[in-house]
Amino acid sequence: MGTKLNSAAAGTANYVDERTSIGGFVKFFARKLFPDHWSFMLGEIALYSFIVLLLSGVFLTAFFVPSMTEVHYEGPFETMHGVAMTEAFASTLKTSFEVPGGLLIRQIHHWAALLFLAAIMTHMCRVFFTGAFRKPRELNWLVGFTLMILGLAAGFSGYSLPDDVLSGNGLRIIDGVVKSIPLIGSYISYWMFGGEYPGVDIIPRLFTMHILLVPGLILALIALHLFLVFLHKHTQYPGGGKSHKNVVGLPLFPVYTAKAGGFFFVVFGIIALVASVFTINPVWNYGPYDPSPVSAGTQPDWYILFVDGALRLMPGWIAGVFPLEWELWGYTLSWNILIPAVIVPGIFFAIIALYPWLEAWATGDKGERHVLDRPRNVPVRTGIGVAMISFYVILVIEGSNDIVANLFHLSLNDITIFFQWGIFIIPPLAFWITKRICLGLQRKDRELVLHGHETGTIVRYDHGEYVEVHRPLDEQEVWLRVSYDNHKPLEIEPELNDHGVARKGYRWDRFKQRLSRFYFEERVEPVTPEELEEARHHHDSHGAHEAAEAEESGERLDSEWEELEDGAKR
Amino acid sequence: MSAPEHSTGSELDPANGFENPGLGEHRPRKADIDDKADKKAERQTAALFGISIVGTIIALVAYFTLNDADPGDIAQIRQVNMWIGIGIFLAMIGIGLGAIHWAKTLMRDHEMVEDRHELRSSDEAREGAIQNLKDGVEDSGLGGPKRRSVLKGSLITALAVAPLAVLVPQIGNMGSDWNISKFRHTLWGPGVRLARDPDGALIKAADVTIGSVFHVIPDGLNDLDHHHLISEKAKAVVLLVRLDPADLKVQEGREDWSFDGIVAYSKICTHVGCPVALYEQQTHHLLCPCHQSTFDVSDGCKVVFGPAKRPLPQLPIAVDDEGYIVAQADFDEPIGPSYWDRLKGGDDTTAEEVSH
Ligand code: HEM
Ligand code: FES
Repeated sequence: MGTKLNSAAAGTANYVDERTSIGGFVKFFARKLFPDHWSFMLGEIALYSFIVLLLSGVFLTAFFVPSMTEVHYEGPFETMHGVAMTEAFASTLKTSFEVPGGLLIRQIHHWAALLFLAAIMTHMCRVFFTGAFRKPRELNWLVGFTLMILGLAAGFSGYSLPDDVLSGNGLRIIDGVVKSIPLIGSYISYWMFGGEYPGVDIIPRLFTMHILLVPGLILALIALHLFLVFLHKHTQYPGGGKSHKNVVGLPLFPVYTAKAGGFFFVVFGIIALVASVFTINPVWNYGPYDPSPVSAGTQPDWYILFVDGALRLMPGWIAGVFPLEWELWGYTLSWNILIPAVIVPGIFFAIIALYPWLEAWATGDKGERHVLDRPRNVPVRTGIGVAMISFYVILVIEGSNDIVANLFHLSLNDITIFFQWGIFIIPPLAFWITKRICLGLQRKDRELVLHGHETGTIVRYDHGEYVEVHRPLDEQEVWLRVSYDNHKPLEIEPELNDHGVARKGYRWDRFKQRLSRFYFEERVEPVTPEELEEARHHHDSHGAHEAAEAEESGERLDSEWEELEDGAKR
Repeated sequence: MSAPEHSTGSELDPANGFENPGLGEHRPRKADIDDKADKKAERQTAALFGISIVGTIIALVAYFTLNDADPGDIAQIRQVNMWIGIGIFLAMIGIGLGAIHWAKTLMRDHEMVEDRHELRSSDEAREGAIQNLKDGVEDSGLGGPKRRSVLKGSLITALAVAPLAVLVPQIGNMGSDWNISKFRHTLWGPGVRLARDPDGALIKAADVTIGSVFHVIPDGLNDLDHHHLISEKAKAVVLLVRLDPADLKVQEGREDWSFDGIVAYSKICTHVGCPVALYEQQTHHLLCPCHQSTFDVSDGCKVVFGPAKRPLPQLPIAVDDEGYIVAQADFDEPIGPSYWDRLKGGDDTTAEEVSH
């Protein structure tokens, strides 16, 4: 049977190849090398949870009714009997209670969405802290960034579909934010809702966006993202044998087919387990949308919290005297909404999107960079990253400050006031501390290269001094610690040329130089071969002899001990 | 592709004066050298695939045997879902872990090396590309002595404006009548009685004891069809509170808007529009749960904390002949969040025209 199968496969392959020349592709892809590291799986998790979203989402479309037509609930869930609700909400109840496994798929879909966004964001952090966004990958960084924004759009539009109290309130907040936009805000609100909020159009519109527009774009961009990964070949962590001109790893087929393919099933399995045990979004407890009721302590999905946090943080009045909503010539300008919900997120995301260029100006690097940085070796970048994360985390915590207040018995207002100061103080502090830690780690690396590992063996010199014996690093260990890019601040041409005429482009150069100084003024130089040579020489004349002696005496003690033990056993 | 196992460092770029030492030594795994370990790994992998098969069976059995669960009973529904879910979990994780275990223990794990090539196309290719484009421009007749600027200009203009033919009607239709002056009118008006939310029971002044809070809708709201009901309710909900008249700081110009300590305020937050509904009796503070704007009911619902800037709009109330609480008029300003022309165009239509 084996041979039969083989010849059938060969026949099919031949048939397809003669019509597509697929052979060339297979030859190209099958043994493509991929470097190995756990942090490279973060992007995979994002991809796989997206696939789970597609699979579970298609299941949901079979039962969900995207309509705001009123019905009175007649289904089996008794507490809701006779309650007026939209078909969207009623069909969500139906999916949950009357479709066997329907609730499970809803929960799989929702948990997968939470994981999808968490994975995208941690993946982004990995790329950031290792410098994987440098040339030639800047464009792929932008593709990834757009995927994250689309992920937020997908999540928010999906969250709104069941038309329960919470999702309706979320939409109302969006409506309020949109209305604050100068000049056209009210019209954008009309455009979105098909008239006054909430109207009857928003659920069908969000549905189209959620199941067609956004996933379609995500799918296309994922294809582009992966295409570029193949084209650029994967980056690799530094180490012996790795350089900017090669890629070291294991082949796509069979190793990564098995590992990455297998990992999809692991991700799917874990989402299924979490979804079967932990309830999420029990809309039957919230009830259908009604503009009147509210309850404290209800939360949006985690990825939206930062917007809510920003809105909570921004005071309507500064110190009770200076209003942040202005009335100018009879028009209203709501800084208290625009700043936290539009301007700050806009700047935050713009910095993320444009970061690769910012750093390229500072380094002046023109070459391709395929070996990753250890985060400690670029202290300023790592500091910026941690500062941005701390900024984001403050907003997320503030977005759940009621829960924090409850948990730790704090006053809600105190938390808000604390973070109103903290948002200005904590990120710069985080930057400074992180930078110090990185420089410290770099110094420690230098120490290690120059003086070797501590062995814990102490020897005593004849003249009574005690020293610890150090074991020198092997060449792999040394290479890892000395091979990083040692950028220095940019040198630029002077403003005036020989004839005393100001040259064009000087101001731009000076900006780049300032930026470069900010990045690289303070740095720890890698150990040079000469320094290493000298340190080793020094150690040799000093420690090696004693080390050998110490080792010897150690062995002697061991063997004596063993003898004693043997004796005791006998 | 070259796949030497240990490329020497010398062919690789040095860094900071050091030579690249080349790949580290490959450490063989147990299964590489020990036949028993190899067999064991194979058995383990097969066992994991076996677990997957069991998982599929569990999911199917759960689906077919537990589907008579009472759909009104959440605990039972959860049970069914849990078993199907655990089945799916095992079915997936078995395949996943099996494949990974296989790759890690049995597949060849010698690292290989592949060269990278600069992404920049060769000079030759670039020149070719430029030449091809030039030829194309030539062929089109745009590049020659005739500049054909009218042709170019008209094409660009046509392309630029053509989307309008599709987009304007599409976008134009999406905002229905674009009449944003609706923001400033609600169902309230002179004589409209205050009713309880959600059942619509009317409220007599005598029912409202000091310290009590009523969630209020305009009488007649519940008779609307669902769509209008929700849209109108989103603007008209009101909170009615009775304070000790001694505690109440009556606002200037609103001396007759309250009745014996009973005041009514819009429930829609002036921040971004959540319903403000958490009332604290001792402090007379109203808290919006969304972003925690806090309003002082005893002092004109002014903002005492949080992101809102404006007080909640007050509904002027009175008591009619039968003792029911009624509105004197609609709100005198748009309720809810601010918008650009909030203060504009208030006089063109009166409240009565729109709401009745
Ligand atoms: C692109 C990533 C996606 C994300 C982040 C996402 C997220 C969400 C979220 C959070 C919900 C609310 C679930 C609940 O608790 O009820 C939801 C609902 C829904 N999603 Fe998605 N989704 C995505 C893709 C898709 C796709 C591709 C489809 C279908 C082709 C889909 C179909 C649906 C449907 C029909 C609902 C409403 C189901 C219900 O509430 O019963 N989704 N989505
Ligand atoms: S909506 Fe009330 S505080 Fe934001």
